[in-house]
Amino acid sequence: MVNLVIDGLAVTVPEGTTVMKAAAQIGIEIPHLCFLEGINEISACKVCVVEMQNMETGRSKEKLITACNSAVEEGMVIYTNSPKVRRVRRSNVELILSQHDCHCATCARSGNCNLQKISNDLGILEVPFKEEVPQVPWDSKFPLIRDSRKCIKCMRCVQICDKVQDMRVWDVQNTGSRTTVDVAGNKTIDNSDCTLCGQCITHCPTGALRERYDIPKVFDALADAAKVTVVQVAPAVRTAWGEDLGLAPEDFTEGKMVAALKRMGFDYVFDTNFAADLTIMEEGNELLERLANPGKYAWPMFTSCCPGWVSFVSKRYPKYLRNLSTAKSPQQMFGAMAKTYFAEKKGIDPHNICSISIMPCVSKKREAALSYMRSAGAGQDVDIVLTTRELVRMMRAEHINPKFLKEEQFDSPLGESTGAGVIFGVTGGVMEAALRTAYAVVEGHNCEPDAFRAVRDTRGIKAAQGIFESGDAKGTDGVSSTNGSEAAAVEEAYMLGRREADFELGGRTLHTCTVSGLGNAERLMQDIVAGKVNYDFVEVMACPGGCVGGGGQPIHDGCEMAEVRGRELYRLDEERPLRYSHENPEVQKAYEEFLGKPLGRKAHELLHSKHVNELVFETHNYF
Amino acid sequence: MSRLKIATPNQAQLTVERLYKDLERRIIASPPGLCPVDLQLSFLKLCHAQTCGKCAPCRIGLGQLQNLLEDVLEGRGSLKTLDLIRETASSIMDSADCAIGYEAAHMVLAGMEGFMKDYKHHIEHGKCSCHITQPVPCVALCPAGVDIPGYIALVREERYADAVKLIRKDNPFPTACALICEHPCEARCRRNMIDSSVNIRGLKRMAVDNARANTVPVPEKAESTGKRVAIVGGGPGGLSAAYYLELMGHHAVVFEEKGKLGGMLRYGIPNYRFPRERLQEDIDTILSTGVEVHLNTRIGNGEGEIPFGQLRKEYDAVYVAIGAHTDKKIGIEGEDSHGVISAVEMLRHIGDEDMPDFKDKTVVVVGGGNVAMDCTRSAIRLGAKKVGIAYRRRQDDMTALPEEVEGAIAEGAELYSLKAPHKIEADENGNVTALWVEPQIIGPIDAWGRARPIQADVPLLRIPCDIVVVAIGQGIETRDFEEAGLSVKRGTIAALSDSEVEEVRGVFAGGDCVTGPATVIRAIASGKVAAANIDEYLGFHHVIPCDVEIPPVRYEDKEPCGRIQLSEEEAGVRKKNFDAFECGMTKQEACQEAGRCLRCDKYGYGSLKGGRAAIW
Repeated sequence: MVNLVIDGLAVTVPEGTTVMKAAAQIGIEIPHLCFLEGINEISACKVCVVEMQNMETGRSKEKLITACNSAVEEGMVIYTNSPKVRRVRRSNVELILSQHDCHCATCARSGNCNLQKISNDLGILEVPFKEEVPQVPWDSKFPLIRDSRKCIKCMRCVQICDKVQDMRVWDVQNTGSRTTVDVAGNKTIDNSDCTLCGQCITHCPTGALRERYDIPKVFDALADAAKVTVVQVAPAVRTAWGEDLGLAPEDFTEGKMVAALKRMGFDYVFDTNFAADLTIMEEGNELLERLANPGKYAWPMFTSCCPGWVSFVSKRYPKYLRNLSTAKSPQQMFGAMAKTYFAEKKGIDPHNICSISIMPCVSKKREAALSYMRSAGAGQDVDIVLTTRELVRMMRAEHINPKFLKEEQFDSPLGESTGAGVIFGVTGGVMEAALRTAYAVVEGHNCEPDAFRAVRDTRGIKAAQGIFESGDAKGTDGVSSTNGSEAAAVEEAYMLGRREADFELGGRTLHTCTVSGLGNAERLMQDIVAGKVNYDFVEVMACPGGCVGGGGQPIHDGCEMAEVRGRELYRLDEERPLRYSHENPEVQKAYEEFLGKPLGRKAHELLHSKHVNELVFETHNYF
Repeated sequence: MSRLKIATPNQAQLTVERLYKDLERRIIASPPGLCPVDLQLSFLKLCHAQTCGKCAPCRIGLGQLQNLLEDVLEGRGSLKTLDLIRETASSIMDSADCAIGYEAAHMVLAGMEGFMKDYKHHIEHGKCSCHITQPVPCVALCPAGVDIPGYIALVREERYADAVKLIRKDNPFPTACALICEHPCEARCRRNMIDSSVNIRGLKRMAVDNARANTVPVPEKAESTGKRVAIVGGGPGGLSAAYYLELMGHHAVVFEEKGKLGGMLRYGIPNYRFPRERLQEDIDTILSTGVEVHLNTRIGNGEGEIPFGQLRKEYDAVYVAIGAHTDKKIGIEGEDSHGVISAVEMLRHIGDEDMPDFKDKTVVVVGGGNVAMDCTRSAIRLGAKKVGIAYRRRQDDMTALPEEVEGAIAEGAELYSLKAPHKIEADENGNVTALWVEPQIIGPIDAWGRARPIQADVPLLRIPCDIVVVAIGQGIETRDFEEAGLSVKRGTIAALSDSEVEEVRGVFAGGDCVTGPATVIRAIASGKVAAANIDEYLGFHHVIPCDVEIPPVRYEDKEPCGRIQLSEEEAGVRKKNFDAFECGMTKQEACQEAGRCLRCDKYGYGSLKGGRAAIW
């Protein structure tokens, strides 16, 4: 243990702890911008400077060090707000602001921006430097928008894409004063490997990265009397929508979310969970069909509900596209059902339906726009995709105060869902839900609802996010302070991110594997390609922790929410009276009245798709 | 009113003078991988500040060139912009009054020629094609990529054995490099920006002097793969490959033509620079991994030799690292006289402890490289009466390290600069009596920036002597390998950058026999590259890690501080024997010198892109 004094307060912390962490232990929040624990400890912004008092010869009396990546030393005396610190910190923020588009009123991150907060806290009302805001053109139609005017070159996007997602889409570009962040290599974003996971957005400290805003299209549809607006809400959205509205978790319920959507004027408020149950009916049966005819199929079978993952496979491992389940994602199944079954049932011309989805995801915007997602014959099956963040913004625009909303139910016939559908939003959920139903089909009776909880993993979420527990071999000085053990720690983290479980099903052992985060997916694929592992069924979610940690979710700088939100989904699952997809009465009815049997002809037409290589055919097709 | 005044510089001038020096050092420490167009623009800005302002092309033109370059860099340029830059620069070059203008324009034109691709990249993609790949300058410039900041930090903490272990992850010859490496790592040391580069080699020497390589155990070997790799040549390249292959679990079998291992480390470098017992420390360590060695075994088609084809058949892979051990002839009259000896031959005899008899002889060494200096200083130690160095160019143009030349002069060598050999004079018995040289004057600068000597209008000069040592370069004995199907280009074995020989699967080559005579660290790097690629070729992917924990940085100020130089035994004493004369650092010196390291692995780009490759 190391003893030191910060701002006059004594603190004792383990060796290797950073000054930033040590200060946090005694309630001192040292301001910082670029720092992202375990991922970006590069001290680029120099906002977290603190003053170290002279302890030894060879040091000036008022030496500044960066708190984020400097380890504590025995007897250290630190001042986090000395006159020198204040002057330097302020100057550095002013410099950053001189190259930042400070039109906060029109920024997506206004009110949720660390740069804004720090400049305000420091009382910077004027920047003494010449404004030098770089503007680089960007394809405004692409679902992911980078606004160079707001980038502060903190490198978090580069690091999250490299270290957590292993996609290496972003890189440092140019040298010298022209150093900036851009798409790596000579690529543009639409021909890069970007899967639109959106992790760079949720880890950007400013408004430099955001999703394409599609809210105006929704308002237009709502205003159009001829349009029937049908909205679906993904499972993970309900765990997060109230976070930025100042609500306690127990106050932003599913029912209030439904009420808010109805208040905004959506004609039908449905649940993507319904479609998740439907997905399970198809995907679970598809798994059984594949298991029954192993020679006909490529193994293992991959889940296909995550468009980031599908996009990853098509870009990095196109040979493995046939391993993907042909079942569409719940979003797309819902879209197809809304413009057929629902339209028929209500006697609405599907062309008059505007199908909208609220997703915790940016990649869903591209998925909805794929040319083969038009099974209903009335335009795209899903017309507009909004992220959770856009939903929240819409609520604000509609000045809805959730406190005064009364709980309301999802509409029928696409509103009922089971606990199995709910857990689609968390890593391992699709696997668990599919196994619950597959078990019932094979064995003729239900398993215990939590029989497959072995696929759940909370440790994995941390590992997927690249967060190392203290005591790991990860060095605190920003670079690896160790050699071999560092590599071992990384290896271990990857293994933590992989959840393997074997189950007995119909007299055979089913080998399953669940991972979240594309870095983990890449490692898994390497092992699969090398023949080092053998699985029957693999679930992959592109975002660490699954959709709850999705790139379209509310942003909390420096705080990972996937675990908390995931727990909420498991709670909802437990609370649901029905916990098996096959028991969803609305799903049963849809098969009876409309679809016929799972994997049947109609189901195939509407609910399945061959995953063509979207990279080749779809580069410019995103609305 | 006084008619004349003594000019004394004022405060501003003095400060600017100092800043010029700072800038010079900063340019030296310029990190590799910067955008050349951006640099060009910065240079232009400096040039423009130097203009006196009289002439239009320089006063206005240099500014307008900056605007055009700015357009290129900002993505506003087109191919027409490039044409305009070229035309404008040409006009300035043709019409500016003085060098301030026309040399500035010349730099722009040279840049357009040298990095046109980068100009075009900016225009086509709106960004630069350059990337900083290795953020730590010393590591970037070390051919073997040794973790330099890491071992400097270890030396500072007096963890010498750990330093040796860390060096050995990338270089199994820590002792050799501690004593005789040409230290390219020091060239762009960021410390230059403050005062001067860190004495990296000296610090490495501190490590191996305090933890002898043969006392630091090698890491555990991987499980045996059952694969066998033949290595032709027991020099630094071959032994490096052997060491790593053994660690990877393959069996390395070295075939060495001579009676002892070490290659040029033994047969090229004299004992006073690299004592044999120190060389043995590295060799013993390498052999402790289980390398099998066949001495006095030549691979070739002669009698009693093993044909290359047989090697190829009996082993899973072959690494050819035969070095460059044949001599080059000057091609002048009398070169076959008694008393004319090649540098290679002379040093080989010395390597085998078979000392040539130079007692009281007058010796002239022809050449200006490190080998020439080795011969000169060895000749002095062999008791020669007088030793001279005949060189075509000036002392400054010599390719030998400056300290080697200065050392030789201090030991009493005579330097005949600007003297090109003309003929060797011999007596009736064929014994050398003199070297005739053609005096030169230094002339125009060639395309590589070196001044070329041209013949002086003066008569030939006679340098009386008994021995002429020809040290003008080495060649490679490629014939037997060429016959075995390996292709030879310009006298060297043709291998790809991953050391594969394209024509023959499973055959790899590297070191001097591929690059031509080069440095020991380049040979070691080739061996490392070959080991990695042979491992892949054999179907494995072993990694070489190192479990040494690197000390955290110390939070101290980086005040300017002089560089510690290694001291040497005085010239008058050292020239009498072959004993090593360079002295290592004291702990006090090493600690101060190691403290000068700026830890670029932790600060700067290193903290973003990672300061080290922990494994390879």
